Amino acid sequence: MILVLVDHDRGELDPLSLRALTAARKLGQDVEAVVIGKDGAALAGTVGEYGAKVLHVATHADISDYTPQASGRALKDLVEKTNPAAVIAAGSPRGNEQLAHLAAFLDAPMASDCSSITLGTPHVVQRARWAGNLIEEANVHSPLLIASIFPFSTEPESANGGAATVSEFQPTLEASDTVVRILSRDSGESKGGGVTLSDAKVIISGGRGVGGPEGFGKLEELASLMEGTVGCSRVVTASGWRPHAEQVGQTGTKVAPDLYIACGISGAMQHIAGMKNSKTIVVINTDPEAPILNYADYAIIGDLHQVLPALTSAVREAKG
Amino acid sequence: MDVLVCLKRVPLAGGTLILTPDAKDIETKHLGFGISPHEENAVEAGVQLVEQMGGTLTLLTLGPSDAEEQLRAQLAIGATRAVLLETDGQEWDPQGTAAALVDAINAEETKFDLIIFGAESVDSAGYQIHVRVAHALNRPIVTNVKAMKIENGIASCERVVATGREHYEAPLPAIVTVRDGLNIPRYPSVPGRMQARKKPVDMKKADPRVPKLEKLNLTIAPSKSTGAEILGNGADAVPALVEVLKKIGAL
Repeated sequence: MILVLVDHDRGELDPLSLRALTAARKLGQDVEAVVIGKDGAALAGTVGEYGAKVLHVATHADISDYTPQASGRALKDLVEKTNPAAVIAAGSPRGNEQLAHLAAFLDAPMASDCSSITLGTPHVVQRARWAGNLIEEANVHSPLLIASIFPFSTEPESANGGAATVSEFQPTLEASDTVVRILSRDSGESKGGGVTLSDAKVIISGGRGVGGPEGFGKLEELASLMEGTVGCSRVVTASGWRPHAEQVGQTGTKVAPDLYIACGISGAMQHIAGMKNSKTIVVINTDPEAPILNYADYAIIGDLHQVLPALTSAVREAKG
Repeated sequence: MDVLVCLKRVPLAGGTLILTPDAKDIETKHLGFGISPHEENAVEAGVQLVEQMGGTLTLLTLGPSDAEEQLRAQLAIGATRAVLLETDGQEWDPQGTAAALVDAINAEETKFDLIIFGAESVDSAGYQIHVRVAHALNRPIVTNVKAMKIENGIASCERVVATGREHYEAPLPAIVTVRDGLNIPRYPSVPGRMQARKKPVDMKKADPRVPKLEKLNLTIAPSKSTGAEILGNGADAVPALVEVLKKIGAL
């Protein structure tokens, strides 16, 4: 049996978990899912559709919201009870963190960001390194495989399954397990227009070539016309031209919009890592040798300050 | 306030990676070395805490003896001293690395109030060493911190997610991992560089363990090998781009 940790935020599913369920189905064993916290029980229909026969729900009076070490403890209890061949989760910050707590409790190895898994003795995985620019093949010497799934390696596919059978269990927590938990939230760094980087279908992104904060007006105009949002490279936020929340890359936000237009971005590896999974990548750059062209579908060689205004009026015209 | 920051020497790769002939590592002959971006924020956070509250900032790394270069560079930012756990240059798996860090931390006379890691290393990103260290030392850990205050013996931390900010607290002694954006790392001053040459770096031999996550080989991930279709030069190419946008349904 493969156990998949399905992550949720107060009952709302993390869509990356569907990719983890899809990846787990490919391992040729029964799939069961686990959610931490009673709010997760509402997901029985969805996890069933994606192939889980059983949804284990860890319920405890001290787990009302994200409590990563308690998640690790609950996973450990469930592993000891159900003896799965593998525990899989999405390669998200929360997925990786909860699996790491499980791995630390069991003193077992953990392979993060896997794009391929072959169960055996040892297990063999392929995992993303250098933010997906390199693939490492590795042996995992442990009866239990603990692995997270590289977010963009598997497209979610429904198994058209019926609702999973809900099975509640109460983990045996220690006081130290619930010390670190979400105490409060605020809506924080939201931007005007309401489109966030992670949700945007269109991202108009600017780098050093934009030349300064005032140059971003041209990007904003096109972004708003195309109902998208503005992104930027690390040099832009490091120079204080744009807020950090707009940074795309390994050190900012990883994005995969339908259309990514990179303006004046040469393509440092950490930036590429954050946008290379976009469906269509268009580059506007004066340098025909810029590394980002290796990842692009289309390119215009030229100065973004001339190309963008022309593009904006052409798009406006096309939209009528 | 005694702070420990854990670092890792990594190659500073530009846009392209090249592998060694045995495909076990990336070819670093023509590359410089540094630390990962998030770790620069970790050191800056440590320096600021010691500036505000007094105390010491210790750096700890596991790696080849050449990692002294990265320790000296960060000592120049304002750290007090450093410990280098010397390997034979082979990459260690996360469990072995965490165990060696734990042994070294336990061997220190200073009982660190706060241990800071970068949220992920640029080269490996295993997302686990810090959690393993926290479990071994029985300390609370908050990861991916983008804002932090230390008050009344509590690390008050914020984590940024798609929907906003989440607030966590960890009573000291604690462990945090931090992300780029927490602060703006400073550059070393000239006096800082001079002083760094004389600051103590303790070299200790680290005994390797048999890796349970055993690297076999590396391959370069396939990129769009055909490369970009060049639509033209300057504003004259805009009509061609508009046709593309119509074709993909963006218009």
